[in-house]
Amino acid sequence: MKKTIIALLFFVLSTESAFSLIKVDITRGNLDPLPIAVSPLHIDSKSEDLKSLMDRKLGEEISKIIEKNFRSTGLFNPLKKDAFVQKPDIAHLKPRFEDWRLIKAQALITGKIVVKDKKLKVEFRLWDLTAAKEMLALSFTTTPTNWRRVAHIISDKIYERLTGETGYFDTRIIYVSEKGPKDQRVKKLAIMDQDGHGTKYLTLGNELVLTPRFNPTNQLVTYMSYFKNMPRVYLLDIETGIQEVVGNFPGMTFAPRFSPDGKKIIMSFAKDGNSDIYSMDMETRVVERITDHSAIDTSPSYSPDGKYICFNSDRSGLQQIYTMRSDGSQVKRITFGNGIYGTPVWSPRGDLIAFTKMRKGKFYIGVMRSDGTGERLLTENYYQEAPSWSPNGRVLIFYRETKSDSKGKGFTAKLWSIDITGYNERLVKTETDASDPSWSSLLSK
Amino acid sequence: MKFNSALKNFVLVLFSTLLISACSTAKKAAVDTVDDVYTGTDTVEYLANGVPDRVFFATNKSSLTTRSRDTLRKQATYLRKNKDLTVTIEGHADERGTREYNLALGERRANAAKDYLMTYGVSGKRISVISYGKEKPVNPASSPLAWSQNRRSVTIKAN
Repeated sequence: MKKTIIALLFFVLSTESAFSLIKVDITRGNLDPLPIAVSPLHIDSKSEDLKSLMDRKLGEEISKIIEKNFRSTGLFNPLKKDAFVQKPDIAHLKPRFEDWRLIKAQALITGKIVVKDKKLKVEFRLWDLTAAKEMLALSFTTTPTNWRRVAHIISDKIYERLTGETGYFDTRIIYVSEKGPKDQRVKKLAIMDQDGHGTKYLTLGNELVLTPRFNPTNQLVTYMSYFKNMPRVYLLDIETGIQEVVGNFPGMTFAPRFSPDGKKIIMSFAKDGNSDIYSMDMETRVVERITDHSAIDTSPSYSPDGKYICFNSDRSGLQQIYTMRSDGSQVKRITFGNGIYGTPVWSPRGDLIAFTKMRKGKFYIGVMRSDGTGERLLTENYYQEAPSWSPNGRVLIFYRETKSDSKGKGFTAKLWSIDITGYNERLVKTETDASDPSWSSLLSK
Repeated sequence: MKFNSALKNFVLVLFSTLLISACSTAKKAAVDTVDDVYTGTDTVEYLANGVPDRVFFATNKSSLTTRSRDTLRKQATYLRKNKDLTVTIEGHADERGTREYNLALGERRANAAKDYLMTYGVSGKRISVISYGKEKPVNPASSPLAWSQNRRSVTIKAN
């Protein structure tokens, strides 16, 4: 896969005080999403490749991606373009606020694209229509093939301006693509943009692969593979395609995850019927044992400051969630509710731990504070597990399986997302059945 | 103890006979598990005549039942007689658990079987174990019967 890093230089075109402008509250379910008009980006007539840009309707395509991103948050209601009252070029210069207010829009996004010296220059503005003010104006330059990312970056900047939180649109999801009958599933590593575009398969499906997870810079992936029938944790460089086994363990390693600084991989190692948690320093290759208990210890996940680890253990008899310091000291059980708990994942904000809960034949995705208090179950289903956080800690992606009949038919595995408010549950479309999603960090920071 | 378990088996057989004769379409699942452990033979294969290849487990458990120990003693006898044979024990879990925990659970189940074979004189060097967690169900249905058949460790000839 080609390196897609863009050197982003944002130019603030003008500044406005934030005084009494629109603010979207994302801390609770939004039953009244903000009506927003996303004007097609105006293509500058001085642009290189003008005909191609016009033919591809690039300005309109970018605006559609922005609309789709905003609709998916549940916080915004992008309005239909046929009601728009101004041409994109005019609106971008000076919108007639009163006319836009007539179609009930409260915010307006306008923009302009121009290709010059084979670079795509984008500028965009966010307007508060009620206050009749410009809220944000930025420009940046990238390579023209990155035009989809342009839409995601604009979405992130506007989301940030309106909600006060960083966005999560210029991101990718890595997951396990699944095909075939339930008892002969073929599984491959797959990667796609957060909105489902640009799916690429990273393995061929010759061996079983599970639980891929990004490193903090999104260039490396750690996952589990049954290559040569030896279940081990692997490291994959997405750019070069080079894969290697992590560590030299005389038995199964599984449940890998990167440390927040990307320097270590933490995972379970199973031997003689006992699974414990180990970490390996990627540079020195030094392996450190973190837990030493006759019970199963697995699904480790670091806190964002790297000081703590939450993990899953059945040392009390059944699966529960524990925390400890990252050296293995101060082990503390944090779940005591009815039912059993698995797959703890620390929020990138540090405040919450997401988990899977199993109770009376139902599976729940939930969140709780990192001391185990304040448990909130977000969604109940027949089978779902393995939540992964959006980089801003507002949304969880997980996978859900359906029940199969006596012949194994009717089985599906799909990715879903939900806000930590418990609202806005959505199917995340994938080319094939899918499981074990992992959300990248923002590609451009 | 031995007498008790034999008696229990006898009672069970009698019970299942009664049930089947009472209603020919009675669900077999109702009598195919005892204390959450599969006791049927539908999915069982044989290493040799009279030597079943697999044992079954209760949900989230890796302890061996009396019946499982009986099966494993038969396997041990067979392996002691066929000294050149090496085996792989596959540990499996049902689909009603989280993937990562199930991998650990499958490993624990396979090792429970391995340990028992070793107790009965089979060298550990002849036995390798592998866990598949919930990845390779023998019965793809989503039913208590299927789940009980999938919670298993299976001894497979490796050479």
